[in-house]
Amino acid sequence: MKKVLVVCGNGLGSSFIVEMNVKKILAELGIDAEVNHTDLASSKSEQADLYIGAADIVEQLNDGTRNVVGLNNLLDNEAIKDVLRSNL
Amino acid sequence: MFELIMNDILGTPAILIGLFALIGLLLQKKSATDTVSGTLKTTMGFLLLGVGAAVVSDSLGTFRSMFEAAFQIQGVVPNTDAMAAIAQENYGTETALIMIFGMVVNLLLARFTPFKYVFLTGHHTLYMAAMLAVVLVTGGMSGVPLVLIGSLILGAAMVIAPAVLQPFTRKITGNDDLALGHFGTFGYFTAGLVGKLVGNPEKSTETIQIPKSLGFLRDTSVAVSLTMALLFFAITPFAGIAVIEELSGGTNYAVFILIQAITFAAGVYIILAGVRMAIGEIVPAFKGIADKFVKGAKPALDAPTVFPFAPNAVIIGFLCSFAGGIASIFLLPLVGLTVIVPGLVPHFFCGATAGVYGNATGGLRGAVVGSFVNGILISFLPALLLPVLGSLGLESTTFGDTDFGIIGILLGYFIQLFS
Repeated sequence: MKKVLVVCGNGLGSSFIVEMNVKKILAELGIDAEVNHTDLASSKSEQADLYIGAADIVEQLNDGTRNVVGLNNLLDNEAIKDVLRSNL
Repeated sequence: MFELIMNDILGTPAILIGLFALIGLLLQKKSATDTVSGTLKTTMGFLLLGVGAAVVSDSLGTFRSMFEAAFQIQGVVPNTDAMAAIAQENYGTETALIMIFGMVVNLLLARFTPFKYVFLTGHHTLYMAAMLAVVLVTGGMSGVPLVLIGSLILGAAMVIAPAVLQPFTRKITGNDDLALGHFGTFGYFTAGLVGKLVGNPEKSTETIQIPKSLGFLRDTSVAVSLTMALLFFAITPFAGIAVIEELSGGTNYAVFILIQAITFAAGVYIILAGVRMAIGEIVPAFKGIADKFVKGAKPALDAPTVFPFAPNAVIIGFLCSFAGGIASIFLLPLVGLTVIVPGLVPHFFCGATAGVYGNATGGLRGAVVGSFVNGILISFLPALLLPVLGSLGLESTTFGDTDFGIIGILLGYFIQLFS
């Protein structure tokens, strides 16, 4: 089971919305994966196959060991679909 | 049996909110395992609010003693997350009921009025419910009328806030599909108006080069630790080391206040984790119902969703809002109000958003002036709100974002006319 983690500054609002959208897109694509959202501090100690979030935030996660994708528009579901397709 | 249901089950907010989650999960026909885990997590999330509140209050107690020893006045650091959690201690049941029925009112208004907004920023729904519960109880209300009035105001705010911002939001996002759902709206709306007056949208913030090094402040835990540490150390020379080491029971003052500062951040971290769990099931259920029930529903989303549209305005907005906060430290005592110490978190999130709105209507100048005005607002409104919060007005923290101030102050004084 692949795991997707959506990250934002507080881990309350925008990452939650993106998580709901990711779940919907994964269902459309027929991909089975676990999706969660959290704040930046917690995300550093959480394991996932794919980390997504606003580009300026998730850059701080990118230390070469993680699979991190920054989004320029959090609500561009087409872009998210491409990211999910090519990473899962 | 009736006693048990009324007092122990409905009187325990964590159980009450767990029940709402359970109903939501059953309505969505989720699997048994999802239903059990979702209900438990929601309940645990609400309990975590209390745990975090205790940690935060402890650190705030030290801050209060030091601040009063230093300046002989009360100083307040607004932190909406912390304040809402502290409010749960005594107003949990009212909060839970206002939150859920407020969502119902939001759905009804979206269905039957032209305001098709569905407010999906669940943590703000919870915090506004808490603020309304405190003001209404302080004003002498209780029971059904309290929940009714509270949820009507909350539900109305959930559609009015996105609606007033929408002309500006459209400018930012370039479409009409989404809205901003955040209770700092009064500040953003003001920033948008100020931008219109002083600037030119053609001269956007995004044409200049800004170092991105302030990005680490997006990490709430870091920002809160840093703010509190700076505040504690700034007060130290005024309070005197002797006073601090008396509070610490002999531990070295520097070590003690550093730990106190980071303890405050730890409390906020626990609160955020609690909120995340508490709303984790309720928001998707709410969204699911809205998608079916409201034709053409527009999601109203958290403030950071507009950040990527103007990353430079985010940094400028934060800095200028914070400058407004610093200016207010000197202005507030002049008009006889409590000193509101600027916190990095409210100025970052609200200031950044105000910057984005100011930039949309007035470019760079709009972003600078608009977010500075927002910084003044999120200092003065919390100070004016304190008197209507009753005994909670004596805490060393309070609700920070503008709409809590506007709605709380108006409602608080309105109730006083009748009591």
